Parts: sequence; structure tokens; C-alpha cells
Amino acid sequence: MIMNSLGYPVLSTLIFLPIAGALLLGLISRKREGLIKAGALILSLAVFAASLPIFFNFDKTTAKMQFVEWRTWIPVFHADYLVGIDGISALFVLLSALIAVLCVLISWNSIKTRVKEFYMAILLIEGAMIGVFCSLDFFLFYIFWEAMLIPMYLLIGVWGGPNRLYAAIKFFLYTLAGSVLMLVGIIFLYNYAGGDFNILHLQAMKYPVSMQMWLFWAFFAAFAVKVPMFPFHTWLPDAHTEAPTAGSVILAAVLIKMGAYGFLRFSIPMFPDAASAMAVPMMALSVVAIIYGAVVCLAQTDLKRLIAYSSVSHMGFVTLGIFALNSQGVEGGILQMLNHGIVTGALFLSIGIIYDRTHSRQISDYGGAASVLPVYAGMFMIFTLASIGLPGTNGFIGEFLIILGGFTANRLAGVLAATGIIIGAAYMLWLYQRVFFTGVNPKIKGLPDINAREFIALAPMALLVFWIGVYPNALLGFLHPSVQNLIGRFHPGPASGLSALSDFIKTLFARA
Amino acid sequence: MTANSLLLIPALPLLAFIINITLGKGIIKDKAHLVSIPALAASWAIAMLAVYNVFSRGNVFEGNLYTWVVSGAFRVQVGFLVDQLTAVMLVVVTSVGLLVNIYSAGYMRGDKGFYRFFAYLSLFVFSMLMLIMANNFLQLYFGWEAVGLCSYFLIGFWYEKKSAADAGKKAFIVNRFGDFGFGLGIMLIFLYTGSLQYSNVFPAAHSLAGQTVSLFGSNVPLPTVIALLLFCGAMGKSAQFPLHVWLPDAMEGPTPVSALIHAATMVTAGVFMVARCSPIFNLSPVAMGVVAITGAFTALFAATIALTQNDIKRVIAYSTISQLGYMFLACGVGAYGAGVFHLYTHGFFKALLFLGAGSVMHAMSGELDLRKMGGLKKYMPVTYWTFLLASLSISGIPGFAGFFSKDEILWRAYSSGPLGKVLWAVGVLTALLTAFYSFRLVFMAFHGKFRGSIEQERHLHESPMSMGLPLLILAVGAVAAGWVGISPVISESLGMGPLDKIGPFLATVVGTPVSTGAPTTELALMGVSVLMALLGILLAAYMYLWKPEAPEALARTFRLPYKLSFNKYYIDEIYDNAIVKPTFWVAKNVIVGVTDGKWIEGIVNGVPKAIGSFGQSLRKLQSGVTQHYADIMALGVLIFIAAALLLRL
Repeated sequence: MIMNSLGYPVLSTLIFLPIAGALLLGLISRKREGLIKAGALILSLAVFAASLPIFFNFDKTTAKMQFVEWRTWIPVFHADYLVGIDGISALFVLLSALIAVLCVLISWNSIKTRVKEFYMAILLIEGAMIGVFCSLDFFLFYIFWEAMLIPMYLLIGVWGGPNRLYAAIKFFLYTLAGSVLMLVGIIFLYNYAGGDFNILHLQAMKYPVSMQMWLFWAFFAAFAVKVPMFPFHTWLPDAHTEAPTAGSVILAAVLIKMGAYGFLRFSIPMFPDAASAMAVPMMALSVVAIIYGAVVCLAQTDLKRLIAYSSVSHMGFVTLGIFALNSQGVEGGILQMLNHGIVTGALFLSIGIIYDRTHSRQISDYGGAASVLPVYAGMFMIFTLASIGLPGTNGFIGEFLIILGGFTANRLAGVLAATGIIIGAAYMLWLYQRVFFTGVNPKIKGLPDINAREFIALAPMALLVFWIGVYPNALLGFLHPSVQNLIGRFHPGPASGLSALSDFIKTLFARA
Repeated sequence: MTANSLLLIPALPLLAFIINITLGKGIIKDKAHLVSIPALAASWAIAMLAVYNVFSRGNVFEGNLYTWVVSGAFRVQVGFLVDQLTAVMLVVVTSVGLLVNIYSAGYMRGDKGFYRFFAYLSLFVFSMLMLIMANNFLQLYFGWEAVGLCSYFLIGFWYEKKSAADAGKKAFIVNRFGDFGFGLGIMLIFLYTGSLQYSNVFPAAHSLAGQTVSLFGSNVPLPTVIALLLFCGAMGKSAQFPLHVWLPDAMEGPTPVSALIHAATMVTAGVFMVARCSPIFNLSPVAMGVVAITGAFTALFAATIALTQNDIKRVIAYSTISQLGYMFLACGVGAYGAGVFHLYTHGFFKALLFLGAGSVMHAMSGELDLRKMGGLKKYMPVTYWTFLLASLSISGIPGFAGFFSKDEILWRAYSSGPLGKVLWAVGVLTALLTAFYSFRLVFMAFHGKFRGSIEQERHLHESPMSMGLPLLILAVGAVAAGWVGISPVISESLGMGPLDKIGPFLATVVGTPVSTGAPTTELALMGVSVLMALLGILLAAYMYLWKPEAPEALARTFRLPYKLSFNKYYIDEIYDNAIVKPTFWVAKNVIVGVTDGKWIEGIVNGVPKAIGSFGQSLRKLQSGVTQHYADIMALGVLIFIAAALLLRL
């Protein structure tokens, strides 16, 4: 076993404390709801507190894995318990820990049935999410990756809206179908390497280009569904709309980030030739997602559905940045993953707050909320502005770097992506107007403004919006060595083995 | 001047914003102006000190505060630059900003959003200062978007009114169209110069000359592309055709906002930016031509609309668009200094016009329709006399501020070359129209008989001192602000030494335009434009004082031009039907209805359904009837035998 710089197994703590906590909650009598909620809050806060040393002790000068723990686990087929984080994953561990706390807070009064199971599910998801970001062994990774699905499926299927079963099954089957192809890819890699699940070993190997192509697409299936990239996005609006608030927040803030994380951790470093060959088609799909998702938002009448589609558009920015394969693009993409987690997470938290009061997701049931709930309106405005990438907020830094990176890699992709910020402003401001401006809708008359608990759930997000907007280097600093290392793997120049599709799209784009 | 004290210039308004927005609702309430006004006054005083430093000693300050964004080779600081161009802007922004705040303390009294109003005003002043004091393009862009945000907040200040909320949103989105180009321009600057800091970009600008970029199959000179992209942003922010549509609607905001943001400061940011980027614009004659022609066209176009409007604020709004056109005209012929000079004088007389209009509205209980006013002169003398001075100034009557700056622009246009002569003619024609609509407004509002209701008449009163004082101070500016830029031909013909201080002052940043022409020509042209101004005033007097039936007769005779002007050339309707409605239609009926709903969802739901029905059909085989199983078994055996036979053969 390798000890890490902190002297105690910090990552294992973060993974297993919530899981053990969930089991502990299981022992409490279901009648003692107050104790269950308090327990969940204390546990999630403890995990968050335990994650903070990562932020302060992370070595920003190296691309190497940090806080590594390594034990042999199943010697028969060389599966090890190997965890560690680098600049690409560190921030997502922190984000997952923060989001879990907010989810507990926001569900305090809105979850009334099967309270115990609900908080157990939240904690189980937390552990699995952190596990995904920390795993450096494919076998371990795949277990966490799939394990996350089950509590998430239950979250939607048990505590969701009227159409929850359809949404839950769609979510489950869709992501599972994608993951199965990745599993095939993992097994193939395992055999090719002579029986090794170690991701770092597999990253260090060089694979023939044609093989890279096949593997790229196998992994693509899993990640593209998860992101979700166009045209694999239709599970997301359904899942978001039906999920309870906490479910939507986890989905938006962390879960869909795992697709993009997969591209960064596996597809690009392991199959650099395939990634470079596929960069243009990937950017094309991203640009389509940006514009398509934004245009769909213009026609939405449901609050959550609108934000869900805006996620499709924003995740299009993320994948565009990643496949620009230059430092501005990739760093912008990673920062935007985080930003989107903060902002869209906060938007879903906000929608949950008002939904608890009105039980309506229809935009037409609102209007004039700024007069009724002024503090809430102010908070929602902050997240709206961050969502449309206003300078001074975190959204601007991410989007600007992505468009700059995209523009550097492919002029047309950059220009088209930039149109997304026009439509983005249109649908978000229109949404804001319909909910908060004009005369007060009788349906929301007299609603109480946000209370202290709700304010505490939103305040950290609002602070992050401005902190990252004004001083993004605090987070960008985490990324530099790891991203440089990632880009260093990528071989410039055209790779052989281009597919016909890629060629076609390339010529299409090259003409402009 | 130390860096720290310069930092206070934007920091104090920011602090006032933070205090008012967080404590305003619960604690400060109707005392919000007591937070904002001292902060802005202090900011103004420090700014004046900084301006004095630049003016008297030529002390230009440049320094970085901290590193903002780093990614690979991309590295941007937060930093400040106070040079001659910034100094002129500082005078306008902090002075008008302070006066408008003092005025608002009276104007907004009793509004339930009082604290919110002062919070936004302070945030605006902060943002505008960040814009003009930036030392790099990304921070410029920050200020640029932030002033747009404040504009959005303040246009939609009375958000319960749908028209106000709509107008705010429209302003933001129309500006995003311009900023789309602006942002790409900034990226190109980084890609080709490797930096966004002015002190790196501008000295290296000449290296852009001669480079080309491939655009839709043809090679286009790089400086032209960059300059035109930057100009897109300027067209949005400074409301130039065809992105002018948001500014008239912006009049939904409280009138002090119109004075500060939509007349004196924010809308001039486009002119400032073009002047700031003069080293880039100078490289591209094509871009310069576009700037000049857009400016001249907009000046005339907006003036023709102002002729027929009956809403007091809309007349002034179109007048602003028109005057901004003059400024771009100047920039386009290389006379950036003249453009900025006009920006500076315009800041005073146009803010005064708006605040005067606000004073009228205050007395008229919010009435905007000029047809219901009349004879206000005797009720509100301070408002009347200051408004008159501003109108004389904008009309270009000699001695007033507007005269000096407008004639500088017209002369620079005329002397710049063959195209310049045409631009000059357009400018002079616009001057005629300007004088006409300005005095049409004066005569309709202040002269003649009162045409409003009896209750309104009973309510008429002069505004309180907090509003009157800013009017008086601005009136001094509207008269005297131009005296810092008296053309040499005037000072020489009067036998005095050089009086043009601002031209040489700005020349260190924006250069001096090449002009060819004799001083006698300049004097003659001056005479022409003065005559035009007088003619315009006379025409207005004829139509609105002496022959009140004339306007209607004229409108009947020239039906089509009148309708076009009155309906603003139907531009809003065209945009609505050509862009807004089709976009929403496609979103609803094509993208959501067909692509997402039928195609993608069809496949997503179709695959499991197909698997399901395949399973269903398989299930039928297990019927439980023994005879069926026997049949299937027999069939299987037959197939096996057939296969075995076939394979052996």
C-alpha cells in the first residue's frame, strides 16, 4: 500500500463514509424521521469537511495521481483497489461532496414518504459518485459506474413525479445500454494488456490506430449517452422533469459530468489517434447540441424541462472544449463542467424551492414572483446570469475559454458555438420574465420568501458563481499540469484510419 | 496618483452597490441615496484629480491588479489604464453619474424600489468605470456586458409593466447580437497578437496588416475582419442601424436612467471602443468606410424618425441615435478626437435634455405625449431655460458646446476626401433636421397653450431643488463644455491664441486626422451649417408656433414619408416577422414537434418496443398445447436434416 501526503486514506474515507453512513441510517427506526434527517445532514457535512484537505493540500505542480491508495483486491483476475486523483478529477470529488449536503438540505421538508430510504439513496449515490472520480482500476471503476445507477433509478422511480416509472426505466436502460458497450471495450483492453485492469498502465500503452477507432466508439457509447450528446439526449429531460429536486440536482451537477469525465480520463489519453481523427465530428456534434438544445428551450412550457434542455446546450460547450484538444478548450471544458454543476444544480435547487410551494412546474402558473419573493428572485437572477455567461460570473470564464479553444481548433465551430450565447440569453431572460416579472399571478400570491434553510442551500452556489468569475485561477490552477499532460499525449497531424463520416464532415467544415 | 487611489474610483461605486443591494430592503430603505451620492462624489473627486494629473503633467497610469484568467498561452490581468482618452471619459461618466444620482434622489422619491434604483445606478457607474479604465480587451468586455446588464435592470426597473420587462430583455438580446461579433473579434486579436493587453496589442497592430483570413472561400484582410467584428459590438451598444431598435424602447426605464445610461455614457461606449482601437481600425480603409457610412446613415435615418414622434422621450432617444451616428462618422474618417469631443459635449447637453424631460414628466404626472403639453414655460422656468440652452447646443448654435464639436466633425468629414464630401452633405442635412425636431419639441412642450387635462394643469409645478440643481450645472456644461475645443480658425480670426485644448490632448492616443483644406473653406462650411441650424429652428417655429395647422397639412400631402417616419420605417415589425416569429415557430413545430418528438424519440422508444413485440411473438410459441410443441419439434428436425443434407452436398 502506498501512503499519500495526508497520512490517512482520504479518498477511501470520502467513498466509504457515506456508504457506511447509509447503512447506519438503515438501522434507525423509520419513525424517527428527525433523527434520520439530522444523521444524513451530519454525515454529508462530515464528508464535505473531509474533502476540504484535498483542496488545500493538492499539489498543483504535477500531473501525477495524488492521494493514491493501492491494495490488491481480487488477485485471481488482477483487480486492485486503486484510487487516486489528479487535476482533472479533484474538483469533481469536491463538487460531489458539496452537492450531497445541499441535496439533504433541500429535501428536508419536500420528501415525506420513505424518508429513511431516500436519505440512504442520497448517501449511496454520493459514495458511488466519488468512487467513479477516484477509481484508477477499471474493474473498480465499472462497479461504481453501474452502482450509481441503482439508487438513482430508485430516486426517480420512487420519489418522482406522475410519469416517474417511464422516466426511470428510460434513464436506466439507456445508460445501461451505453455502458455495456464500454464493458466490452474494457474487457478487450484487459485482454490486450495481458490481464491488467490498471488504468494508469492501460493509459501508458500504445494501441494500433484501427483498434483505437473501435474502442473509441465503444467508450463513446457510454459517455455520449451520459453527457448526453446530441442525439442521445432525450432521456435527460424526462429524467429531470420526473426526478425529485435532489435527483435533478445530482443528475445535473455530477452525474452527467461523468460522461465528459470519461472522455477526458479514457477516450482521449488512451486513444489519442482516434480522438484526433474524431475531433471534428465530435465538435460538430457538440455544436449541434449547443444550438439544438438552446432552440428547444425556446419552445418549453415546463420549468424543469427547460433547464434540462439548457443542460444539453451547455454540455455541448463542454464537449466542444474537450475535443478542441488545446489547453483553452480542455481547461475551459473542465471548468465549464464544474460551472454547469454549480449553476444548473442551483437552478434545479431553486425550482425545487418554488415547486415545494406551488407544486407546479408550468411556467404559465407563475408571473410577478419578484414582487412576492424578492430574495428568491435575486438568487435566481444570479444563477440566470451565470447560465448566460455574463462576465463576472463563472459561466463567462468557461464559455469564453471554450469558444476560444474551439475557435482556435476550427473557426466555424467557434463561430457557431458563439451563436449559442445569443439564444441562451433569449430563453433564460424570457424564462425569468415569465416567472418573475409582470403582474403577480394569483396562483402565487402570498407565498413566503425563501427561509434560512433554503438560503443556506443556495448561498454557497452564489458565492462560487462570483468567486470563480472573479478569480478563476484558484480552480484553473488545479488543471494546468494535468491538462498539459493530456494534450501532450495527443499527436498533432492527421491520423490514418479516418472513417468516411469523419472525412465527410471534415471537408464540410473545411470549406467554410 | 497612486494605484490604490485610482482603484477607489470604481471601488467606491461598487461598495455603494453592495451596501444598498444587501441592506437596502431591510435597513437603508429610502436613505439609499445617502449611500450612493457620497460614494459617487468621492469617486468623482478622485477621478478629477486623476484627470488633472493626466491633463497637466501628462501622467499616464497603467498597472495590473491581479491575474484574472490563465490557460496555456492565454493570460489576462485585471488592470487599469488612465490615459488621455480615459480621462475625457472619466469626466463625462463621473460628472453625469453624480448629477443624475442627485437628481434621482428627488425624482425617485416615494418609489417602492428606491433602494434598488440606487443600487443599480451605483453598479452601473462601477461597470462603466471598469469599461473605460480597462487596460485589456477582456476587462473591456467585462465592463461592456456589465453596463448592458445594468441597462437591462434599469430599463425593466418597473418590471410589473410588461412593456418595461420586454424592453429590458430586447435591449439585452439585441446587444448580444453585437457582442457575438465583438467577442469573436477579441478572440482573433488574441490569436494573431498573442495577447489581449492594450500595451501589447496596439504597438503590434501593424503586424496584422497584410495578413488575411479565409472566410467562406475567399481571403479577406485580417485587420478588416477584426475591425468589423469589433464594430458589430459598437453598433449594438451605441444603437447604430440596424441594431438601433432597442434604444427607443429603453425609454421604458425611469428618466434619470435614460439620461445617464441611454444618452450620456453607456451608449457612447461603442464610440469609445472604436477610438480606443484606432490602431486597428486605421489599418483597414474598408472598415473605416463602413464605420463612416453606418454613422452618417444612422444620423440621418434616426433624425427623420425624430421629426414625427409625439413621445417626448422617444424624440430625444432618436436624437441620441442620430448624434451617436455623428460620432461614428467622425471615427470613420479618422477624426477619432472629434468623435470623442462630440461624445463629451453630447454627454452634457443630452443628459440635460433627458433630465429636463424628466422634470416635465414629474410636473405632468408621468405624461409623455407632447400633444398634451404646451405652455409649460411659465410653470417651470428653470426647466424651460435649461432645456432651451440644451436645445441650442444640440442644434449647433455658435458659442454653445454642440456647435464646436459638431462643426469639428463636419469639417473633418469634408476635408477627408471625396467620400467625405458626401458624408458632410448628409451631416449638414442632419443638422437641419436636428434643429427642427429639437425646437419642435421645445415649442410643443413649453410654448403655446396647455393642452392637457385640467387636473394636470392644476398639478403643474417646478421641480424641487435636488432636480433643479443638476439641471443648472448641466446647463453650464451644455454651454461651456465645448470651449475646450474651439477650432483654430475661430481663435485665429478672433485674434486669440490657440484655444483647442482637447484636440492635441487626445491626439497622443488617437492621432490627428489628415485634413486638406483652407481655413477659409472651414469658415464657409461653418456658415453653411449655422444657416441650416437657424433654418431648422425657423421652420419649427413656423410650423409649431405661427401656423399650427401646417404640420397636419404637410403630413397629409406627404402621406407615405410621414407614415414611414411615424412608424419608424417598420423595422421592429420586420424583425418580428422575419426573425423572432420564425425562430419560435421552428423551435415549436419543427425541432420539438418533429426532430425531437417524432424522430429521435421515435427511435428511442421504438427499439425497446420492437424488442418487446419480438418477445411477445416468441411468447406465443409457448402456448402450452402439446401438439404445437410437437409440430415445432418436427419442424426443427426437418430443418436440421435439410441443413445436414445441404452441407454434405
